[in-house]
Amino acid sequence: MSDYKAVIGLEVHAELDTASKIYCGCTTAFGGEENTHVCPVCLGLPGALPLLNEKVVEFCIKAGLALNCKINNYSRQDRKHYFYPDLPKSFQTSQLDLPICYDGYLDIEVNGQTKRIGITRIHIEEDAGKLIHGLTGTRVDYNRGATGLIEIVSEPDLSSPEEVYAYMETLRQVLLYTGVSNCKMEEGSLRCDVNVSIHKEGEPFGVRTEMKNINSLSAAKAATAYEIKRQKQVLEEGGSLFQATLRWDDAKGINYVMRVKEHADEYYYFPEPDIMPIVISPEKVEAIRATLPELPKARQQRYKEQYGLSDYDANILTVSKALSDLFDQAVAECQGPAKACANFIMGDITRLLNEEALQPEEVPFGGKELAELANLASQGAISSSAASKVVEMLFQPEFAGKGPKAIVEEQNLGQVSDQGAIKAMCQQVIDANPKIVEDYRGGKKQAISALVGQVMKASKGKANPAMANQLLEELLGS
Amino acid sequence: MDNMQKQELASLTLTQAAGLLAKGEASSSELTKLMLDRIAASNNNAYITVNAEAMAAAEAADARRREGGSLSPVDGLPMALKDNFCVRGMKTTCASRMLENFVPPYTATVAEKLADAGTVLLGKVNMDEFAAGNATDTSYFGPTKNPRDPKRVAGGSSGGSAAAVAEDTAYFTMGSDTGGSVRQPAAFCGVVGLKPTYGRVSRYGVVAFASSLDQVGPLNKTVEDCALTLSLIAGRDPRDASSLPNPVPDYLAGLKGAEGLKGLRVGVPKEYMGPGIQAEIRENVKKLIADLQTAGAIVEECSLPQLEYALSAYYVISSAEFSSNLGRFDGVKYGYRAKSYDGYDDMLRRTRSEAFGDEVKRRILLGTYTLSAGYFDAYYLRAQKARTLIMEDFRRAFSQYDILLTPTTPVTAWPLGTAFEDPSKVYAMDLCTVSVNVAGLPAISLPWGTDREGMPVGVQLIGPTLSEDRILQAAHGVEALSLHNYGEGRGQKGGGVHV
Amino acid sequence: MEITKETVLKVAGLAKLDLTEAEALRLAHEMGKIVEFADKLSEMDLEGVMPTTHAVKMENVFRDDEMQPSYPREEILANGPERDEACFVVPKVVE
Ligand SMILES: [Zn+2]
Repeated sequence: MSDYKAVIGLEVHAELDTASKIYCGCTTAFGGEENTHVCPVCLGLPGALPLLNEKVVEFCIKAGLALNCKINNYSRQDRKHYFYPDLPKSFQTSQLDLPICYDGYLDIEVNGQTKRIGITRIHIEEDAGKLIHGLTGTRVDYNRGATGLIEIVSEPDLSSPEEVYAYMETLRQVLLYTGVSNCKMEEGSLRCDVNVSIHKEGEPFGVRTEMKNINSLSAAKAATAYEIKRQKQVLEEGGSLFQATLRWDDAKGINYVMRVKEHADEYYYFPEPDIMPIVISPEKVEAIRATLPELPKARQQRYKEQYGLSDYDANILTVSKALSDLFDQAVAECQGPAKACANFIMGDITRLLNEEALQPEEVPFGGKELAELANLASQGAISSSAASKVVEMLFQPEFAGKGPKAIVEEQNLGQVSDQGAIKAMCQQVIDANPKIVEDYRGGKKQAISALVGQVMKASKGKANPAMANQLLEELLGS
Repeated sequence: MDNMQKQELASLTLTQAAGLLAKGEASSSELTKLMLDRIAASNNNAYITVNAEAMAAAEAADARRREGGSLSPVDGLPMALKDNFCVRGMKTTCASRMLENFVPPYTATVAEKLADAGTVLLGKVNMDEFAAGNATDTSYFGPTKNPRDPKRVAGGSSGGSAAAVAEDTAYFTMGSDTGGSVRQPAAFCGVVGLKPTYGRVSRYGVVAFASSLDQVGPLNKTVEDCALTLSLIAGRDPRDASSLPNPVPDYLAGLKGAEGLKGLRVGVPKEYMGPGIQAEIRENVKKLIADLQTAGAIVEECSLPQLEYALSAYYVISSAEFSSNLGRFDGVKYGYRAKSYDGYDDMLRRTRSEAFGDEVKRRILLGTYTLSAGYFDAYYLRAQKARTLIMEDFRRAFSQYDILLTPTTPVTAWPLGTAFEDPSKVYAMDLCTVSVNVAGLPAISLPWGTDREGMPVGVQLIGPTLSEDRILQAAHGVEALSLHNYGEGRGQKGGGVHV
Repeated sequence: MEITKETVLKVAGLAKLDLTEAEALRLAHEMGKIVEFADKLSEMDLEGVMPTTHAVKMENVFRDDEMQPSYPREEILANGPERDEACFVVPKVVE
C-alpha cells in the first residue's frame, strides 16, 4: 500500500567564501590550530561588538539573484537564542522576518523532467564553533565560529530522494558558479537539514521530522530514502509519528533520534541592536546582478546551440564551473571542432582528476594548452593514445610549464603519417602474421583490425591508424 | 603638605588641577599619590580595584611634561572607570561574582582614548551588578555609600563613579547610563553627570546592559569639567556600528555662565512635576524656573503625554536586551563556573544560579518572559512602538523648546537598606531618566540645592539629538545660578563630604 | 497579568537558572508586579505605528572583508574555567 506521497523541504547552509568572518577580521581559513582564529568579537567577550562584513551581504544578494529571488529593500539581523557550548554568545546572530532574499526558485532535472523548486528565503547568519567529543569531556574550538553563512530554505516542493539529490547538486553548482561558497562538503562548507513528512493524496500533511547537518549529496539522498521508508513502515504498522530531530549516521545507514522536537518558543528572537539595518537599493541589486556569471543552465543551452554538443555532453561539461570555464577558454583558441576539447575534458582530464583525487579547480594547465592539444589531435599530428599520454604528462609536476607541442616533440610522440614508413611496417606485419592474413583473405574482413593493432604496436602507438588501415587494405587487396 | 592643603588639592576641579600641572605647581605623581591615599582611607566603598600601575603611569606623565611632550591638557590627571569598562590586563568584574576574576585581553575604546590623552587610571569603581539597579546595592562587593551621608545610597548603577567624584578620590570618572545610571547617582551625590546622545560615545569594550539604550558618560565636579571630558571621548569609533559619524564640536566654546541662558526656550514637562515627585524637589525646580526667567530664559510648562509609558517601555526593552546579553555567561569561556555539577546543562544552570545576584536573575527572567513566544507582541513589540511615539513627543517638544528641564529623580538618596514593597517601586525611581534613553537623547544632571536633610537635589536638562553643546551651555548657566544661590563648593550647600 | 510559579519555573528553565520553590513563589509575585506596569503598554493606541529597533537612524554600517590578525591562543583561553593546551573544555555534551 505505497500510495504515500513524500513532502520534503531542505534548509541548506553554505559557508561563504569571504576572507574574514562575518563580524570580525579573523580568517575563515579551514583548519588551523584550534582556537587560533579567534578574537574578542568572535569569542563573544563581554563588551565586544560585531561589525557586519559587507561581502557577506553582497554574497547573499548574489546567491539570491542566481536563485531568482526577490531582494528585500529593508533587512536586518536578529538574535536567535539558545544555549550550547559551540555558540559563544548564547545567541546566533541570524535573520528572522526580514531576510535579505525571498521568493525564488531553482529548476532541477530528474529523469529528463524539469521541476521547479521554490526557494522560500535566503538569509545570512553566523556559523557555530566546533565540538570535539572526548571520553570524559567535550573540547570547544571556536575557529569556525562566526564564519558567515547563508541559509537557503526551500519550499516543501521536493517529493523523492532523487529530487533531493538533484536539488542539492544543482544548488551546489549555482553556488560554485556564483563563487559565493567553495561548497566543500567534506569541510562542512555545505550542509543541509532535510524535513520529511508523508501523507496520502487528499489527506493533510503528515508529521514532520528533521534530519540535521547532512554533509554529502549521497547522504542526503540515502537519509531521505531511509526516512520515507521508516515513516511508511510506522504508519502501515498502525503506529504514529512524532516530531523529532534526527541524526543521519552515514556509516550505519540509519537515522536515530537526537531529540524530540523542541517547542518553537524555545528560540526567542529579537532585532539585533548592535547591527544597523541593511538597506539595499535597486541600484545595488542591479550592480550585483551585473556581476553574475553565466549560470549552468544558460551555458548548457549555449553549448548545444553554438557547438552542437549533445544534452549529455552539455550537462557533463557544466557540472563543474572550473571545467566548464576550461572548456570555454580552450574552444576560443581551438581551430578544430569544440567536441575535441569537450572529449578531453570528459575523458582524460576527468579520469586523471579522479585518479589523482584532485578538484576540478586543480587542473594544472589552462585553456590555451588544452586548445593546443586538441589542435594536434584533430590535425592528426598525434594519435589518440599519444594524446592521452600528453594529458597525463601535463598533470605531472616535472612537465610543469611545458605545452603539449613541446612535450610531443621532447617525448617523440608525434604521429607517423609518413606513407613510406607505415607501408614498410604494414608489410612486415603482413609477413609476420600469415594466419591472420589468411583469415582476412578468406572473408573475415574484421581481421584487419588485428593487423592495424600490430602496426600500432610496432610503431609504439605513433602510426596514424587510419592510414595504416588504408595501406593494409591496399597491400592485402593486391 | 598639611591635611588642609591636601584636602584643597583633592577638591580641585579637573580644569583647576590641569592648570596646576600646566604651571608646574603640582605633579601628576603628587595628585595620583594623593588620590590613592584617599582611596585607601575612604570607607565609602567606591572602588573595586585599584590600579597597581597608577603611580608608574603618573611618573610617565610627569616625564612627558618635563620634556614638553604632554599628550593633552589633562595629561597626568587621575581618574577612574566604572567596572564595566574592559581594560586589558586589569580585572573587569561588573561587580558580579560571575566576573570576579575576569581579566579581559582587550581595552574599551573610551579607556583607550583616555589613556591616549595621558590620564592616569586609578582603578575601577563600584556599580550595581551588571549595571542592573539604581542604588549600587546589588554589587557583589557590597554597596557604595553616599559621601554626602554614608547612611544613604550613592545611587546607581554608576554609584562608585559618582561617589568617587563626590569624595574627591578621582578628578573625574566614567560611567554608563542605560536608564539614568550616570545622571541619577550624580544627582544623589551632588555631582555633574552627562548621558550623551546614543552613538556619540563608543560603547566598544563596555560590558553591555541593554545595547540599544546604553551610553557611556562622564561624571564630573563641574559643567566645564564635563565639557572637557566629553571632548576627550566623543566621536566615531569604527568598532561600534552605532557610533555616529558627526563631527565633534568644541564643547567648551559655548560655556558662558548665566549669559548663556538669555533667550533660551525651556520647556518643563508637567508629567515630571506631578505628585510622584518629592515636594521639596518640585520646590527646588520651581525656584530654578524663577531664576531662569530672571536670567532671561523663556520657561513654559509643556506636555509630553507619551512619557507616561516610558517606564513600561524601558523596563520591557532593557530587560529583554539584558537577558540576551547575559546569556554568554555560561561557565565555558570566561567567568565563574560552579564547583560541582552533573553534565553540561547542570553546569550551566548551577554556574548561572550561583554567580548571578537576585536583581540580575529577576531581570533575566523578566526579559526572557517578555521575549518568549506568545508574549513578544504584547511586550517587546509594543514597547518598540511606544518608543516611536515617545521619540515623536520629544521631537514635537524640541520644535518649540531648546531644552527641557526636569528633576533628575523623584526622590533624593534613600537610606541604605530601605525595604521597598516590591521591585516595581524601585523601578519607578527611574521615572524621569529612562525616557531619555528610550529616545536616545542627550541629558545632563547637575546639582540644584538640597532637600531639608541636606541631600543633594539634581536637575536634568534634556536636549535634542547631538545637542550636547547646547545642554552643556545651559547647564553652565544653571551652575552659575546655583553658585549664586547656594554658595561655594561646586554648587553644593555645605559641601562637607565624608571620606 | 498574574504570573504563576509554574510560569516562573518554565522561564527560568529557558534562561538556565535554577530556582527553589520559595524563590519561584517570591519571583512570581515580584514579576507579577513588574508585568503590571509593563501591561500599561496595552492602553496605548499603537495602530499603524512602526517599531523603533535602533535609537539612531543609521543603516548599512559595514566593514570591508579584510583579514585582521586573531588573538594569541593563550589570551583567548586565559579566562577559561576549564581548558587544555588548545581548547576550552566542558562536560561531555551528548547529541
Ligand atoms: Zn574574531
